Amino acid sequence: MSQPTSNRALYGIVAEYADDAALLAAAKAARSEGYTVMDAYSPVPVHGIYEAMGGTRTKLPLVTLLGGLAGLGGGLGLQVWVSAIEYPINVGGRPFLSWAAFFPVTFACTILGAALASLIGMLVMNNFPEPYHPIFNTPNFDAATKDRYFFCIEAADPKFDAESVRAFLKNTGAEAVSEVEP
Amino acid sequence: MEKIGKRGLGVGLVFGVLAIVGAVTQPAAFYQAYLLGYLFWLAIALGSLVTVMIHHVAGGAWLLVGRRIMEAAIRTLPLLAVLFIPVLLGMRYLYVWSIPEVMEADRYLQMKEIYLNVPFFVGRAILYFAVWIGLGWALTKWSYLQDSTKDPLLNQRMRIASGAGIVAYVLTATFASFDWMMSIDPHWFSSIYGPIFFVSQGLSALCFLLIVLVKLARYEPLSGAVTDDRYHSLGKWLFAAIMLWAYLMFSQFLIIWSGNLPEHIAWYQRRIGSEWKVLALLLTLLHFFLPFIILLSRFVKRKAGILFKIAIGLLIMRYLDLFWLIVPDLHEGDFVVHWLDFVVPIALGGIWLSVFARTLKDRPLLVLHDPRFEDLLKKEEGGRHDE
Repeated sequence: MSQPTSNRALYGIVAEYADDAALLAAAKAARSEGYTVMDAYSPVPVHGIYEAMGGTRTKLPLVTLLGGLAGLGGGLGLQVWVSAIEYPINVGGRPFLSWAAFFPVTFACTILGAALASLIGMLVMNNFPEPYHPIFNTPNFDAATKDRYFFCIEAADPKFDAESVRAFLKNTGAEAVSEVEP
Repeated sequence: MEKIGKRGLGVGLVFGVLAIVGAVTQPAAFYQAYLLGYLFWLAIALGSLVTVMIHHVAGGAWLLVGRRIMEAAIRTLPLLAVLFIPVLLGMRYLYVWSIPEVMEADRYLQMKEIYLNVPFFVGRAILYFAVWIGLGWALTKWSYLQDSTKDPLLNQRMRIASGAGIVAYVLTATFASFDWMMSIDPHWFSSIYGPIFFVSQGLSALCFLLIVLVKLARYEPLSGAVTDDRYHSLGKWLFAAIMLWAYLMFSQFLIIWSGNLPEHIAWYQRRIGSEWKVLALLLTLLHFFLPFIILLSRFVKRKAGILFKIAIGLLIMRYLDLFWLIVPDLHEGDFVVHWLDFVVPIALGGIWLSVFARTLKDRPLLVLHDPRFEDLLKKEEGGRHDE
């Protein structure tokens, strides 16, 4: 009837579940089967799902740190340059290079740099902006924002084979399994 | 813990004898050292009191495993009240305003006499200790009562008492800092001094808690309950407390530095315009920058061994901070370090630790029947990680 699935280009195969426990179990099972490229979609946070999918620590803290250091250097540098080098003004006889007075601005710039780097870094790492995503081709995917739980093993997975993934997902108690086009 | 108690008592007695010899031969040096040591150990007990109250009001899992340790520290407050008596005996060596001849010669001080006089000073101290001991007694009693009655309503009672208690603590600790530390230089004043005093106390108490917790976590019943998540929470607290300390210390400095007024700046001239600046630099680096950079890492905050070392380092820094705040004023800015400055705090510490260890042993180490603790255990069995 249908053509062999392996010939068709696929984004991945998606399973639909009725509760978070089934989703979590599926993620753990997929991990122990050796799959590595997968994602879960849920209307509520599911504790432990990230670890179950073998998620690693994000690099975002490093981005935040670098942003903070840039803010620190920039804020301090600007003040030193302006008040000690480019346009020195005598304020109450204090030295031009008054580090105590520079401290609050430097501190604020550090926070600003770290916050901006976190926000922008987070958006970039999440591929923002991304107007099209294949996962929305999944039938009934709207329910992922209401009461259904979806789990996708993506075709990018080195171990991906449409027949065996389909069989595997059916065994995890999925209520529906569908192939999703890119 | 028993061993620590006995050893503490032994050390306390040996150093106590040395301290008494010092008290007889060099009373001025003795009372200075006594005030230092006294405030150092008082900080742990009072810091524990406010940390436990914050936990009752704010909730969360972070202090559930350590609450009994802090409660034992709180219950040493009556001992600390007794240990305050030598400070009263040595007032004329510590507080120049308590000497009538000094008062008579100084018109500026006469205007402050309505607050700075010996009877009122003693009366205030009695009031502070009454408030602290009363709060500590009620909170530890209810917490213990919950072990046998399992009454969840006790949480409500502890929460209400803590809400009022935090206000009472902040007021009494602020005035205690004015009385016991700030009035050493009666001409100088700083309104941020109170917050510096009680944030430092919270920091001392956290360090002490971490040290005891890491040691006790090797044994039952704490070994199962103290997880990496608990260390992580306490590590974050430690990180926040260091930053708050640095923030307050710097705020005071910045404002006085900017103003550059004679009646304020003298206090800093004694501390950073003299040989004491070495200590100021040391505090900046080791009380703030070094632990700040180490604690930035999430990994470190979850490692008991590293937290233990940081906590010990910070407690030493707490002592040096008190040294920097108190001693320069007593020697007009001259750099003086006396052998009694170390003997007396150790003697006091030995005595305090032995009482602490005995108090801790009296009661179960975990607040097993606090409903929040039961929730926590259930959650962790389910593999969930809530902070």
